[in-house]
Amino acid sequence: MNYKMEINNVNLFYDKFQALKDVTIPIAEKQITAFIGPSGCGKSTLLKSLNRMNDLIEGCLIKGKMLLDGEDIYGGMNVDILRKRVGMVFQKPNPFSMSIYDNIAYGPRTHGIRSKAALDEIVEKSLKNAAIWNETKDRLKKSALGMSGGQQQRLCIARALSVSPEVILMDEPTSALDPISTGKIEELMSELKKEYTVIIVTHNMQQATRISDTTAFFLLGEMVEHNVTREIFSNPKEKRTEDYITGRFG
Amino acid sequence: MSFRTNYDKDLKSVFDNLVQMCRHIEIALEKCVVALTQRDFELAKEVYEEERIVDKLERKIEKSCLDILLLEQPVARDFREVSTALKMITDLERIGDQARDIAEITTQFGEEEYIKKLEHIPQMAAIVIQMVKDGVQAYIGREIELARSLNKTDDKVDELFETVVNDLISIIKKNPDNAKQAMMLMMIAKYLERIGDHAVNIGESVEYAITGVLHKKNNQ
Amino acid sequence: MSKSEAINYIPFKQKLRGYLKHPMSLFLLILVIGAAVITVGLVAILLGHLLIKGIPHIKPHLFEWKYTTDNLSMMPAIINTFIMVILTLLIAVPVGISSAIYLVEYAKRGNKVVSVIRLTTETLAGIPSIVFGLFGFIVFNTMIFKGYSMIGGALTLSMMVLPIIIRTTEEALISVPDLFREGSFGLGAGKLRTITRIVLPYAMPGILAGIILSIGRIVGETAALIFTAGTIPGVPKALTRSGRTLSLHLFELVQNPQAPTDRYFNAAYATAVVLLALVVLVNALSSFIAKKLSSK
Repeated sequence: MNYKMEINNVNLFYDKFQALKDVTIPIAEKQITAFIGPSGCGKSTLLKSLNRMNDLIEGCLIKGKMLLDGEDIYGGMNVDILRKRVGMVFQKPNPFSMSIYDNIAYGPRTHGIRSKAALDEIVEKSLKNAAIWNETKDRLKKSALGMSGGQQQRLCIARALSVSPEVILMDEPTSALDPISTGKIEELMSELKKEYTVIIVTHNMQQATRISDTTAFFLLGEMVEHNVTREIFSNPKEKRTEDYITGRFG
Repeated sequence: MSFRTNYDKDLKSVFDNLVQMCRHIEIALEKCVVALTQRDFELAKEVYEEERIVDKLERKIEKSCLDILLLEQPVARDFREVSTALKMITDLERIGDQARDIAEITTQFGEEEYIKKLEHIPQMAAIVIQMVKDGVQAYIGREIELARSLNKTDDKVDELFETVVNDLISIIKKNPDNAKQAMMLMMIAKYLERIGDHAVNIGESVEYAITGVLHKKNNQ
Repeated sequence: MSKSEAINYIPFKQKLRGYLKHPMSLFLLILVIGAAVITVGLVAILLGHLLIKGIPHIKPHLFEWKYTTDNLSMMPAIINTFIMVILTLLIAVPVGISSAIYLVEYAKRGNKVVSVIRLTTETLAGIPSIVFGLFGFIVFNTMIFKGYSMIGGALTLSMMVLPIIIRTTEEALISVPDLFREGSFGLGAGKLRTITRIVLPYAMPGILAGIILSIGRIVGETAALIFTAGTIPGVPKALTRSGRTLSLHLFELVQNPQAPTDRYFNAAYATAVVLLALVVLVNALSSFIAKKLSSK
């Protein structure tokens, strides 16, 4: 199997607090990997460190290695390029307060694409790939803030796609959405994995079982178990995993 | 400590009903054997009542299990236990049907002398009764070795069935007039053999519930 | 449906009975209503007085280009006011917004420099304007421009409005959800692009509200300008010359040795009305923008 990203013996500290303890997970290419675990277990922290969003947080120290295609992402790789290659979709939909078109074009423009024709093409392709083209094609110049929450989140996915990333990180992307919007986004994710490697943090275990290929369970900063999703949910090897997913945690 | 007291209560009620179901099957089979050896038709008819109770329990457990699956959406061991219970009751219900079938045949013997002293059939019955009990016990007590032992025990049932078949063939050969009774005994033996197979199924289901490995035999 | 049909409608009598049961709360109710009436009454009296005395004296000749002792035109003062506003904003807005950006976007939390800057702005905001005037007089008039000057006045006013601009901009920037910054960074945009393209446009209404508040302050300021911009009643030929704004014009009319003659007083009332109109306009603009901000 091909590994798109590798997380090797990563320890992460917020000042004195150790948020991740010797975590090692290989991330398979063009698959969906789900990170699950109770709040504060370090799963979001790990996700954010995969495109160095943790750089913004003071006192955050990381030891170990994280590789993207074998290249050390903390070793001299340009952060902006890293974030272009490893895109992110956040918990709450966060479209910029500009038009739908400009939201999508923001990324490509950032990376130097100026030609109108090229931008038009990217916008259309991104919106189509995020399965929201039909809903937006007649209102591209309208503000993105007028859309429903579910549409906004798909717009954000389209925005992440606009810079042609290789990996997409999703931090509880449906936790603020109703079941129908959630369903649409889950469907979209299964489409996305044909072209992209997806890593998703979720609190919704049914979501993990529905969409992910492999699942990693985190507890108190430790990666307890990482396995094929069906195995994790039908026959976990670790008692701590079983206790958590069956709701007998604590 | 568990945060799912409700769930545990629901599962416990499934367990209790399963034990009940098993108990009634046991009674039904024992009554069958006694009715057969003692030629007690009234006792044979009591088996029908047991079978009705078994059916009722099956539907009750099925509903409980489906409710748990729908409302609690269990995963991991919880999921395996509930889905295993669902499979087990199908086998148990079939066993109940077969006990009833045996009882029906018993009532058809009338006053005729048996062509042969019943010997192997009660033996078979004793073994399969124990198998069913073991299957349910393995499930409730999560006893993996007990579940696995059922397959071996069934070999004994099969052997006895072979013996019964051969005996009956030679009896028919001796006197074709015995054919009718021989066929009836043959069917009873066959039902008991089938009950053994159902018990083996239960053993396999229980093995999955405990280990989480499905169809281990096929994978090997 | 009429209101009395609503099941949650409480008739007045019932309300009154409720209050009568608790005399203390009735007393407090009367007290707060009284306070409100007094406040509104005072404003009404003030405005009424001003408008009645002022409006009849707003005559075309008060808006002629030149101020002479015969024609107490307020036109030069109006022009000076605009010059003063623009000049002050040109100095204070870039500095203020930049400091706020530094404080919110760049400085690390708990940084010593930040607390020093915060303390400084808070102190600046608390200093009486006359003290600013004195400082401006000493620094700009005696040391730099050698005399009263518009630019000296503008610099002094800049110091006064800087805390307002910094504070409002800071608040506007803080109110920009981190989600947007993360969204921008997540696409590979750098800090500068994120601030100019995402953060500032979002914070703009708040920043504008702060600027408008500053304009109000500049238009209304007198004390600091007496010592710095001076009171020459005409449009100065250079920014290094003296010129009076509307507020100062009003002050001077009343302070004039020839006052209190009716002529000077009437012109002063007319000026007050124009000044009032200007301030009301600025306030209305400010609340309009604030509303736009909050509806976002």
